[in-house]
Amino acid sequence: MSAKLNALNSDSYIDVSQYRDQHFKGNRYEQEKLLKQSHTLYVGNLSFYTTEEQVHELFSKSGDVKRIIIGLDKIKKTACGFCFVEYYTRADAEHAMRFINGTRLDDRIIRTDWDAGFKEGRQYGRGKSGGQVRDEYRQDYDPARGGYGKLAQQHPAGESRNSF
Amino acid sequence: MSGTLPVQRRSSSKQEIIDARLLPEKLTVYTTLVGLLNARNYNFGGEFVEAMIRQLKETLKNNLYNEAVYLVRFLSDLVNCHVIAAPSMVAMFENFVSVTQEEDVPQVRSDWFVYVVLSCLPWVGKELYEKKDVEMDRLLSQIEGYLKRRVKTHVPMLQVWTAEKPHPQEEYLDCLWAQIQKLKKDRWQERHILRPYIAFDSVLCEALQHNLPPFTPPGHMPDAQYPMPRVVFRMFDYTDAPEGPVMPGSHSVERFVIEENLHCIIKTHWRERKTCAAQLLSYPGKNKIPLNYHIVEVIFGELFQLPSPPHIDVMYTTLLIELCKLQPGSLPQVLAQATEMLYMRLDTMNTTCIDRLINWFSHHLSNFQFRWSWDDWSDCLTVDLEKPKPKFVKEVLEKSMRLSYHQRIVDIVPPTFSALIPAEPSFIFKYADESASSLPGYAVSITVGNAIKNRASNEEILTILKEVPNPNQEDDDDEGESFNPLKIDVFLQTLLHLAAKSFSHSFSALAKFHEILKTLTDSDEGKLHILKVVYEVWRNHPQMIAVLVDKMIRTQIVDCAAVANWLFSQDMAHEFTRLFIWEILHSTIRKMNKHVQKIQKELEEAKDKLEKQQHKRVTDMDKNSEDEEGQLEEQIERLQEKVESAQSEQKNLFLVIFQRFIMLLTEHLVRCETGSVDISTPWYKNCIERLQQIFLMHHVTIQQYMGTLENLLFTAELDHHILAVYQQFCALQL
Repeated sequence: MSAKLNALNSDSYIDVSQYRDQHFKGNRYEQEKLLKQSHTLYVGNLSFYTTEEQVHELFSKSGDVKRIIIGLDKIKKTACGFCFVEYYTRADAEHAMRFINGTRLDDRIIRTDWDAGFKEGRQYGRGKSGGQVRDEYRQDYDPARGGYGKLAQQHPAGESRNSF
Repeated sequence: MSGTLPVQRRSSSKQEIIDARLLPEKLTVYTTLVGLLNARNYNFGGEFVEAMIRQLKETLKNNLYNEAVYLVRFLSDLVNCHVIAAPSMVAMFENFVSVTQEEDVPQVRSDWFVYVVLSCLPWVGKELYEKKDVEMDRLLSQIEGYLKRRVKTHVPMLQVWTAEKPHPQEEYLDCLWAQIQKLKKDRWQERHILRPYIAFDSVLCEALQHNLPPFTPPGHMPDAQYPMPRVVFRMFDYTDAPEGPVMPGSHSVERFVIEENLHCIIKTHWRERKTCAAQLLSYPGKNKIPLNYHIVEVIFGELFQLPSPPHIDVMYTTLLIELCKLQPGSLPQVLAQATEMLYMRLDTMNTTCIDRLINWFSHHLSNFQFRWSWDDWSDCLTVDLEKPKPKFVKEVLEKSMRLSYHQRIVDIVPPTFSALIPAEPSFIFKYADESASSLPGYAVSITVGNAIKNRASNEEILTILKEVPNPNQEDDDDEGESFNPLKIDVFLQTLLHLAAKSFSHSFSALAKFHEILKTLTDSDEGKLHILKVVYEVWRNHPQMIAVLVDKMIRTQIVDCAAVANWLFSQDMAHEFTRLFIWEILHSTIRKMNKHVQKIQKELEEAKDKLEKQQHKRVTDMDKNSEDEEGQLEEQIERLQEKVESAQSEQKNLFLVIFQRFIMLLTEHLVRCETGSVDISTPWYKNCIERLQQIFLMHHVTIQQYMGTLENLLFTAELDHHILAVYQQFCALQL
């Protein structure tokens, strides 16, 4: 019976995820506090070609968007597949977590997560090659995200890594 | 069931069961449980009923009418479980129906009490008739009399379609009455509701029943907010589900119960789309009904509900996608069938509902690679492009482009649809190249452009702009302070052209040159002209226009009234029926409303603070407290003025909007009358329904200004077509 009753108040789509920003200036407690009050979402798995206009159109469906910051490759200064969306109210951001997270933008399933708040410098990818860390190591071919992952590009499959 | 429950959990389970009222679709499971507990422990039953009555009183006091319906329904089903004696339930119903005899109360009040009684009868009608048929007949007769004399002015405003065919959009009480009448004719035989208590009848019939205490409905309070009337949305009937179980008829009580339960499931689980979809698809008794059709009908019914859907629009899009995922072999087909039907009936669909359909369909398509059989809709190419069908397709393609890009749209539609494809969203720069060199502002535009690129200061730029001649003036005897449309044109066109790359670039530009823009738009004419220029340069990119207007309001470069005047101006008349115009207008009104609410909140907070401070002073006797109080009082005075000023601006905004509507509509009606032409052009339908939309979307705010509106604008001299809209709106809360 109590499982059903938990369903009455369940709102799991707006829960804070396990991810914590390693570069966050402050302790875990402070970061969690900010996440729970945040009006800003991190949006991941974007195509490199997804524009601010497309992000604005989609995310406006859950409320008025205050600001969008497109994530950039640190070296090339071109879009590298993520962005931040800031709303005027927490409630609007929550609706985005419930109804836009896990749906498609530019034919790709995008993922949203709470963000502690945009600070200058956070718009850059943290991967060694300038893009996002996930694009350093992935093995698959994704034409909307620069093709193969950076490591796989340097060591294409089929070439042996060890000389023995 | 209750044999396994430990005795100690009695009191906690009372609370849990009361919480179960929030799962109304499982109502009969919980009433059965209460019945069994009551059979074992008479006192438990008594306490439980008392607790529910207390809760009912609370919900009614707090305007929670929708919750109260479920509480009463729960109580009535407890009659079936031998917890409550039938005669006492009938007595409660009699008290409810007696509200229809009250004088000088809003119709929506008595509506609610009648609705509650009728909506319980599918569950308990049989039992009550078996015990008290004379009283029940009298009750129903009273209800019938009430329904006959009820005023139904509000109905046209709430109907999704204006046509009666194929399914009339019935007023909700009329429909429910017809369903109950049919149920009565069928001798209260109702086969859809799951009734677990039947299996336990041998135990339950031994139980002692309780009498409900006499329940007087609380009197009408002036600040009571009764639920608004509704219209029953139907789009399917038994002919639409090709195979499998038959859809219950529109006046069958089964239809009512299924729809009620599906609405309840959405109400409970809307925040969690996977759970919501799963719960909808596992509806008990689903094998006997065409469940997918019911689900799709209920979801569209909520999405198209007027004045507004119960939940945020995007929830329905995502829920439908979730349902398609869970039933990939059947639901997408039903959804496609529904979309086709909605398209076929666009000609008589309410404009507000068409807006929602456009937004839903384009967003839905963007999740499925825009796959659609557009050729099936090639009939829309053969009529005037202002007609509802081609207009709908055009707007869908425009919205689809916003979620993708221009070439994508070109690729997804057949070449025959090219007239409906939106324009490429490119900037139109007046001073682009040497072909523009004969234009008066050309030279300055180049100079200003270079200055901006070289990071010149505001003073330098203003100096350059002084060179722009003022077409409105003969002599140059002023310091360039008065309204100079050419100056605005040159500066803004050049600036926005440099910043055209993205929204962020344009926002930066507006921020960087905020001072200059404020100076240039100091007058009302200036504000109007800046909007005009924004439109001229970005008329192929309505999305950009909308975000720029939004930014300019928020940074006070223009005000809300200027935006309203601009949208209704002659210059924008050719765009008047396009969706983006109305999105901008409603967004503007919402910003105004939020602004007023924000200052009101600040005022309330300051007042609270003062109260606390005064309290403190009494206890602390502190000189500093006195000073603080004085400061707070000053702050409150300032905020009070701010609130009044904001409300005045808000009232003025609505007056401007309504005045403009009245002017436009009157002009059209007079012209048609003198020319003996039919008034019902596509333009007229759009305009009159847009007027309705203003009332419906902002009814809470507009209620405050009813007096002014009636005295100044919606007077008896007005053409009856226009006045009807106002009267229908008033009828929503009478």
